[in-house]
Amino acid sequence: MLKQACAALLLLSASGTLQAESAFPSTYTPLISAPTLLRNATLLTGEGQRLEQTDLLLENGRIAWVGNGDVPPGTREIDASGRWITPGLIDVHSHLGVYPSPSVDAHQDGNEMSDPVTANIWAEHSIWPQDPGFGKALAGGVTALQILPGSANLFGGRGVTLKNVYSTSYQGMKFPAAPHGLKMACGENPKRVYGQRNKLPSTRMGNVAHYRAEWIAAQDYIDRWASYEAQLAAGDEEATAPLRDLKLETLAGVLQGEIIVHMHCYRADEMMTILALAEEFEYRIGTFHHAVEAYKIADELAQQQVCGALWADWWGFKMEAYDGIQENIALVDRPPGGCAIVHSDSPEGIQRLNQEAAKAMGKGRRAGMDIAPEHAIAWITSNAARSLGIEHMTGSLTPGKMADVVVWSDNPFSIYSKADLVFIDGALLYDRKDPARQPVSDFELGQLQEVQP
Amino acid sequence: MNGFKWIVATLLLCCQAAAAGNTLLIRNAHVHTMTDAGTLPAADILIRDGRIAELGNHLRAPADSTELDAAGRPVTPALFAGITALGLNEIDMVWPSVDSAVTQVGSPPMRPEFNVVSAYNPHSSPIPITRIEGFGYSLLGAMAGGSIIGGQGRTVVLDGGYRSFVGEPVLFIALGESASTLAGGSRAAQWMVLEQAIAESESTPRRGDHTLLTREGRAALHAFQRSGTVVFSAHRASDILQVIAFAERHGLRAVIEGGAEAWMVADALAEAQVPVLLDPLQNLPDSFDMLGARLDNAARLHAAGVTVSFSGAGTHHARKQRQLAGVAAANGLGPEAALAALTRNPAEIFGFPGGRLERGAPADLVIWSGDPLELVESAEQVILGGRLQPMRSRQTELRDRYLPTATSLPRAYTH
Repeated sequence: MLKQACAALLLLSASGTLQAESAFPSTYTPLISAPTLLRNATLLTGEGQRLEQTDLLLENGRIAWVGNGDVPPGTREIDASGRWITPGLIDVHSHLGVYPSPSVDAHQDGNEMSDPVTANIWAEHSIWPQDPGFGKALAGGVTALQILPGSANLFGGRGVTLKNVYSTSYQGMKFPAAPHGLKMACGENPKRVYGQRNKLPSTRMGNVAHYRAEWIAAQDYIDRWASYEAQLAAGDEEATAPLRDLKLETLAGVLQGEIIVHMHCYRADEMMTILALAEEFEYRIGTFHHAVEAYKIADELAQQQVCGALWADWWGFKMEAYDGIQENIALVDRPPGGCAIVHSDSPEGIQRLNQEAAKAMGKGRRAGMDIAPEHAIAWITSNAARSLGIEHMTGSLTPGKMADVVVWSDNPFSIYSKADLVFIDGALLYDRKDPARQPVSDFELGQLQEVQP
Repeated sequence: MNGFKWIVATLLLCCQAAAAGNTLLIRNAHVHTMTDAGTLPAADILIRDGRIAELGNHLRAPADSTELDAAGRPVTPALFAGITALGLNEIDMVWPSVDSAVTQVGSPPMRPEFNVVSAYNPHSSPIPITRIEGFGYSLLGAMAGGSIIGGQGRTVVLDGGYRSFVGEPVLFIALGESASTLAGGSRAAQWMVLEQAIAESESTPRRGDHTLLTREGRAALHAFQRSGTVVFSAHRASDILQVIAFAERHGLRAVIEGGAEAWMVADALAEAQVPVLLDPLQNLPDSFDMLGARLDNAARLHAAGVTVSFSGAGTHHARKQRQLAGVAAANGLGPEAALAALTRNPAEIFGFPGGRLERGAPADLVIWSGDPLELVESAEQVILGGRLQPMRSRQTELRDRYLPTATSLPRAYTH
């Protein structure tokens, strides 16, 4: 990890993005917790295994061992017989905090709809940490989530990955060492928003022309910084640093592989265009989001190692969502190397990612695909972690990883199953049976006094 | 399962065009009757002329009957898809394809005579997409467009017929925060204009009066004041109490749609016999009308004696009703009451036949792969009016086009 960080520093210093990376740092610190031994559960590891009647030790905020190992003194033991344990769920597409509840006008902070290129904005600066939705998502087993800007713009701005732990500032929630994402959008939304204003882009071809112009500007920005660095290295004391440009700094971060592209795109043909665009400017698409037609290009996505963050059953709400099918997730998952993710884009859906995955599993099975729970759990854990660039830290029950863990009352793909216990970095932050371990946001506190149940 | 599929496929070939009058015998089904008979673990269902002729064990097969072995699978009445715009809305954001609301057609502003039924298109793709997931009925809603009175709708059987309407006409009225721009900005004004409209409907305006209603509108609204069913969209507890009083004052049979805070006035709803169609997934304070939203709303209402059903998944995602019911079941309502809320209860609320499996009832039923509330399970076979419905939709055709890993011709030739 240290090596990666050094490499990152070297690259970043060449473009001035170093300054951005050190701004608004994470102030999250895991809560202190005693070691916890979870006994005799069915484990879905997130890496393909299902382990029956197995023990798991959480210690110092990490997964210490799975199966057998030393139990340190002072360990709290929890009998999880008959219950199921999974990694903490991860949602790669949430607008909690930026479109919080209640969804009043004053809370519409997710879409900076004033220019098609707002790569300079950071979603984190819109997050209201008191959104009641965070607590509800926690009760659904979500331990980490990416908050993205909306899709009105071609370049919407930076997304941020959070630990799902209430804090007074968003920085106190910020997932340490998680890379930024860049939200980009294809198709109807940008061309509708700006077309209505008689402004580029008003068509899909306008979308692509605009992306290309911005990537060219970003290449130039990198060159300007490189030439400045070269002048400095040559001992030129007159050399002046280029002016920092927050838009181009973000785009340069993508071209240099430091920021992961999260591309909102519905239609298969547009995704193919975007893959060709990425080839032209030598950057990578991390994940296509929504991608209701991803099933039409599942092989291409797997070959190019691009994930699809998808809904189980959404369709029909706009023209580009007309071809959505319920087998989308299973079909994107099918080819070797396929990276299917269940995402929510919804304060309701994020509470029930396991149920969304159950839908996709059921439809995949009916179409003849053999999908076991130990496989499908990756859609809401390890594959999501990979999409966010945090797979080395969380997303599976692997010794050494963060102890982000959910104990379910039952098979998590059953409608009757509930998250009983949710641990984040080993700390018990949700207990279904104990109101003292259930967060209540400032907004919810003290409401409806006259009808206290 | 493959054997079952084969049987169904064969039946489809032989029976699809079968005239009503042929009989179908379903063997060995785990039948959720939704009647006092409860659940019959290994029962046979004999269907004749589109109705259930007999229900029991070891029925004798009439000479002309076709048999279908359910192999112990659950059978329920066809489910209710909630209040939707099925057949009125092809794509939400393609406005010309949406017929579920009237915005403004001149003045006067309120059009209770607006009735969405005449816009219904049974060929619309969301219908088979919903039907093959086990749904047989939906209440076509007139959504609030230009005023808080949306207009009228009616229940439709999702059998693809042009005139498959059943049950009573229903009037739709939207209240509270979400309707605040439609009646002068205050919910007090919502009651003010509703009372004005009622008053107008009971008299003839004088020349020069600024009226809310046309002559047809007055007649339409007046007709509902003799125990007509009116769906009020409201979340806040205080608004719900106002609905109960308003309905009593004017002879309306009120139904609450939404009802996030209905549990807070459960006893009043039970006493006034006002049913609630709610969305059990709503547990967030999405607005200031919904601060009391909670997951056990349905369970609490049911326990208080309120008739509960579900709505809120919308038109394209109407099939999500099954998840709504499952979440309610898992949060205190229990599976049988949740199934009743998808079947028997809406039939009672909106006065359509169906929702029960008993002798003489319409043969509108579903054979499931397993527990109908579990999302990994699916509808194996939908039967409406005694006919096996083709388990096909635009979405299954897309699936089947892209399911093969390679095709020799472009996929446009796979159909």
